[in-house]
Amino acid sequence: MNSVASTTTQDTDDHGPAKGIKRWLFTTNHKDIGTLYLWFAFIMFLTGGAMAMVIRAELFQPGLQIVEPHFFNQMTTVHGLIMVFGAVMPAFTGLANWMIPIMIGAPDMALPRMNNLSFWILPFAFTILLASLFVEGGGPAFGWTFYAPLSTTYSGDSTALFVFSVHIMGISSIMGAINVIVTICNMRAPGMTWMKMPLFVWTWLITAFLLIAVMPVLAGAVTMVLTDKYFGTSFFDAAGGGDPVMFQHIFWFFGHPEVYIMILPAFGIISTIVPTFSRKPLFGYSSMVYATASIALLSFIVWAHHMFTTGMPVYAELFFMYCTMLISVPTGVKVFNWVATMWRGAISYEVPMMFSVAFIVLFTFGGFSGLMLAITPVDFQYHDTYFVVAHFHYVLVTGAIFSLIAATYYWLPKWTGVMYDLVLAKWHFWCSLISVNLLFFPMHFIGLAGMPRRIPDYSIQFAGWNQLISIGGFAFGLSQLIFLVLVIKACRKRGAVVNHQVWDGAKGLEWQLPSPAPYHTFEKPPKIE
Amino acid sequence: MSQQDKSQYYVPAQSPWPIVGACAFFLIAFGAGHMVADLQDPQASQWGSLLLIAGVLVLFIMLAGWFKDQINESRSGLHNRQLGISYRQGMLWFIFSEIMFFAAFFGALLYLRVIAVPWLGGDSNNAMTHAVLWPDFVPQWPLTETPDGTKTQAMGYWGLPLINTVILLTSSVTIHFADLGLKKGNRKQLSSMLFITILLGIGFLFLQVEEYIHAYQDLGLTLSSGVYGNTFFMLTGFHGLHVTLGTLFLLVMWLRIVRGHFSSENHFAFLAASWYWHFVDIVWLCLFLFVYVL
Amino acid sequence: MVSSAQRVLLLCLFTGIQVLPAAASESSINLRKGVTDISHQVYDLHMTIFYICVVIALLVFGVMLYAMVFHRKSRGAKPANFHESIKVEIAWTIVPFLILIAMAVPATSTLIDMEDASQADLTIRVTGSQWKWHYQYHGHGIEFYSLLDTPMEQIQNKWIKGDDYLLEVDKPLIIPTERKVRFLMTSDDVIHSWWVPDFAVKKDANPGFINEAWTRVNEAGIYRGQCAELCGKDHGFMPIVVKAVPPAEFDSWMLQQKEFIRQAKAEEQRLLAMSMSFDELMAEGEKVYGAYCAACHQPNGAGLPGVFPGLINSVVTRGPVADHIEIVLNGKNGTAMQAFAKQLTLKQLAAVITYERNAWGMNSGDIVQPKDVHLHKQGQ
Repeated sequence: MNSVASTTTQDTDDHGPAKGIKRWLFTTNHKDIGTLYLWFAFIMFLTGGAMAMVIRAELFQPGLQIVEPHFFNQMTTVHGLIMVFGAVMPAFTGLANWMIPIMIGAPDMALPRMNNLSFWILPFAFTILLASLFVEGGGPAFGWTFYAPLSTTYSGDSTALFVFSVHIMGISSIMGAINVIVTICNMRAPGMTWMKMPLFVWTWLITAFLLIAVMPVLAGAVTMVLTDKYFGTSFFDAAGGGDPVMFQHIFWFFGHPEVYIMILPAFGIISTIVPTFSRKPLFGYSSMVYATASIALLSFIVWAHHMFTTGMPVYAELFFMYCTMLISVPTGVKVFNWVATMWRGAISYEVPMMFSVAFIVLFTFGGFSGLMLAITPVDFQYHDTYFVVAHFHYVLVTGAIFSLIAATYYWLPKWTGVMYDLVLAKWHFWCSLISVNLLFFPMHFIGLAGMPRRIPDYSIQFAGWNQLISIGGFAFGLSQLIFLVLVIKACRKRGAVVNHQVWDGAKGLEWQLPSPAPYHTFEKPPKIE
Repeated sequence: MSQQDKSQYYVPAQSPWPIVGACAFFLIAFGAGHMVADLQDPQASQWGSLLLIAGVLVLFIMLAGWFKDQINESRSGLHNRQLGISYRQGMLWFIFSEIMFFAAFFGALLYLRVIAVPWLGGDSNNAMTHAVLWPDFVPQWPLTETPDGTKTQAMGYWGLPLINTVILLTSSVTIHFADLGLKKGNRKQLSSMLFITILLGIGFLFLQVEEYIHAYQDLGLTLSSGVYGNTFFMLTGFHGLHVTLGTLFLLVMWLRIVRGHFSSENHFAFLAASWYWHFVDIVWLCLFLFVYVL
Repeated sequence: MVSSAQRVLLLCLFTGIQVLPAAASESSINLRKGVTDISHQVYDLHMTIFYICVVIALLVFGVMLYAMVFHRKSRGAKPANFHESIKVEIAWTIVPFLILIAMAVPATSTLIDMEDASQADLTIRVTGSQWKWHYQYHGHGIEFYSLLDTPMEQIQNKWIKGDDYLLEVDKPLIIPTERKVRFLMTSDDVIHSWWVPDFAVKKDANPGFINEAWTRVNEAGIYRGQCAELCGKDHGFMPIVVKAVPPAEFDSWMLQQKEFIRQAKAEEQRLLAMSMSFDELMAEGEKVYGAYCAACHQPNGAGLPGVFPGLINSVVTRGPVADHIEIVLNGKNGTAMQAFAKQLTLKQLAAVITYERNAWGMNSGDIVQPKDVHLHKQGQ
């Protein structure tokens, strides 16, 4: 163990990072690129969060106070796009960059230069998207799902900018995913067999496959939107023989796997953290792998459960309802496995574990509401209400985002070499936990009571809850600033120096490396016992 | 650096090309976005198109510089077998992503043909759609008259499309022989067969343009003549774009071969080009079947 | 220590069980039972699945909470080393599967009922457009538009908001109770979604296609809903109000409507023969503009640059009168500009066009009379 650590340090003494800005612009180092991805995602998270604050401020009271409805729609749209494509996905890619080569004992990602290209496209893509808000007529205002014909015939002049920025985001994601998949398939150290791979690596392998499979479909969808709007095609226009609902089929064929792209790596993170702090191996490793794979496969045949009200024939509705319900089986297996891992362990509650436990409970809430949404006849009542908003924020915020925060608290000492400020971390946890539930839990109620989503104003019966939700929203937003301060402090090495192991129960190659991890690691592959 | 031993995976040092590439994508996306939005407005300024052109230029400069670095590394022996496998796997996954891009359009074609058009004609649970909204609409494929009455003619598969099919199939064979030549060390077979493949590719593109002219001038079949025209031009258009890129790719390979690059062991770029070409051929076969014949 | 922790645990579980049903019966936080057989079925299904989820959650989180409390390292717990059990894993794959089947059976039968719109007593075509609903009673010649009736001043917080704020319309949809009413949903522009929670009916209105839905209301009353699919700027401002009346009352309402239509036609004919004064046209035009045009072109006529064109000194309002009439009557293809020929009467059309050519300081002096509009319509 220690021998691996010492040889790597010696090896890397001669070529550390380049100096100045060039280090980040020209880098081919997976750790640098991982860091760039993570910071970018965090900045986007705060940007998208600021838009959510605008939304919540407007919804604080009934009536129009702060923004016009058209601008409100731009905020909901761009908030969604930024959070999905700018925050959650790049953050997971950042973790993949940092951790996967280390976890499998590889010297770097398989294609390091392409790795840098994948990252640097993103700031440009989001510059275009954000710039489109300042075009005359405003930015995209048709929801992040950009249903035609609202996004074609009836959209503003900035639609073309939106389309092309999504195109280059897609190019970035595909290249990133190819890099991950090739790294995992080709770069494992000798002895790192498939069934010895850490679950984070497994879940990312499957995620990368999903990305390569569906991002091109999104590219196809935006291309058809582009030609329908500007080049006279009628893919989504019945007058020319097309069908607006076809847009939704194509979009959700991308969109549903996309949902799992944002949650499978989270499963991997939780499956890493829970055993560490339970001091007990993960229960049912192989069933976790199979469950992940079956969730991924099922994700290709459930897309139309987002479209139950579009008027599909009843047999199609039944098919998609049954398939969707099936997904709860492998997802349930995962939750059961985590609980079984904790069972008769020796549990301690360090900050990553606190977020992981919160993840398990709150993600499962999202799972339950997901199951309810799968039941077609009742979905007619839930569809396009705040119940749906509550559902996907539970799986994305207390699911994906909480797992990302947990992962940061878990690996940050390895990245920086110091233990972060534990007092701040605990404040961050409790503030986030309370405010996030204040924010999203009442959304179930107002959704069931009949409040549609994506509206800038609402009838007075929803006023009380909305006020509470907005307060929760502001509190959750502010809580994330604690995290920002904490991470900056840790990056500036303010804190107690940690040794290579950091957590006593942690297993895996990353814990054999010194903390902070040297610039180059595993240039000679380690031996896996 | 060149004395790195082959057991180690080559991790390149810092490179300026990725960020140049990212800038190129920015210029392309930002330029194209403005160009397209200004299409309807004849008085609009042209800076969108200028940015787009600049972006494409930068992209080509980036590709040239990047590949030059890579070729030099490869020829100075820095690449080991494992890196070769990374490149091969990467290329295969890239082709898979391309397949999924075409799948979106084939999926649209299938949906329009099997679901949307019959439904507009009253099929499934859409009896009232036909009775109330489009009582005069006759569902058929190819859709030669749209619900709003736009008329067009269908493109048959005899003639140019069939000739083009033969051309592409032949080119798949010739590139295979070029590959065999490379493996046997027969450079002459390699370069001549590759050259023929490139000529066939250019021939295909030429005939494709002819076909488009025929469609627009004689058949009244345009990009905006309903979903039949939409799918026809989008599918054949994107395929044509891929043939163009593939031909360029092969041309670069041919220039390298003339300069004596590649050996029977070390020829990833050529392999990638030939895989790409086979992929383009297979897409055409699907196109020929689903767009023209059926 | 043990007992106190256990007591807390039990207390949590107990209050959970106590609070949930009590909370669920409060209508401001749960689905409405509604007023149709179907909506009752849907409500029951919703509650059944909710309770199944609650039970599963209590079991799983109960076990987890137990482990979290009693298998703590700080309590001296020593970790076990088991990490696999095929039997357990098969069990927790099969059991959820069986529960799912139990859920799927009632869901399937309810869904099949909901999607069977055949043998209706009355058919109403519901057409959404930005941002209003159009109702046409098939085979009866009755049709009208239904628009938000909440005053702008309430929305802008100048007046106190009423009880039905944002859920009130000028003309509600009238349907009979105890009869099967079929809805044919479609749209003139983007996708809308017609939703009345009390009927458990939510169906997308897709342009160019017709979706069917149905209801049979058991109780007379006024039921309110909203557009559920994002349809552009004023998506939040296109409510649905349905008034269900007893069949006899409905039949007499139908007769009355037919009489109104006859009278309105006579009135149109009368108007064609005479001319309205400029002031009369401007006053009526301002009213119509506020209700039908201001949402896009804005009350001050300036539009929203890049989305909706302004009208002040525009090509249309300064161009030939005939072109102006044409675009208002028939809309402009490929844009959000709707055809108003059927939405407005000749008088309203003439008034609004006159208004648009003279308001906001343009004072062109152009006067458009109902007969001009009529002639333009005839000329097509």
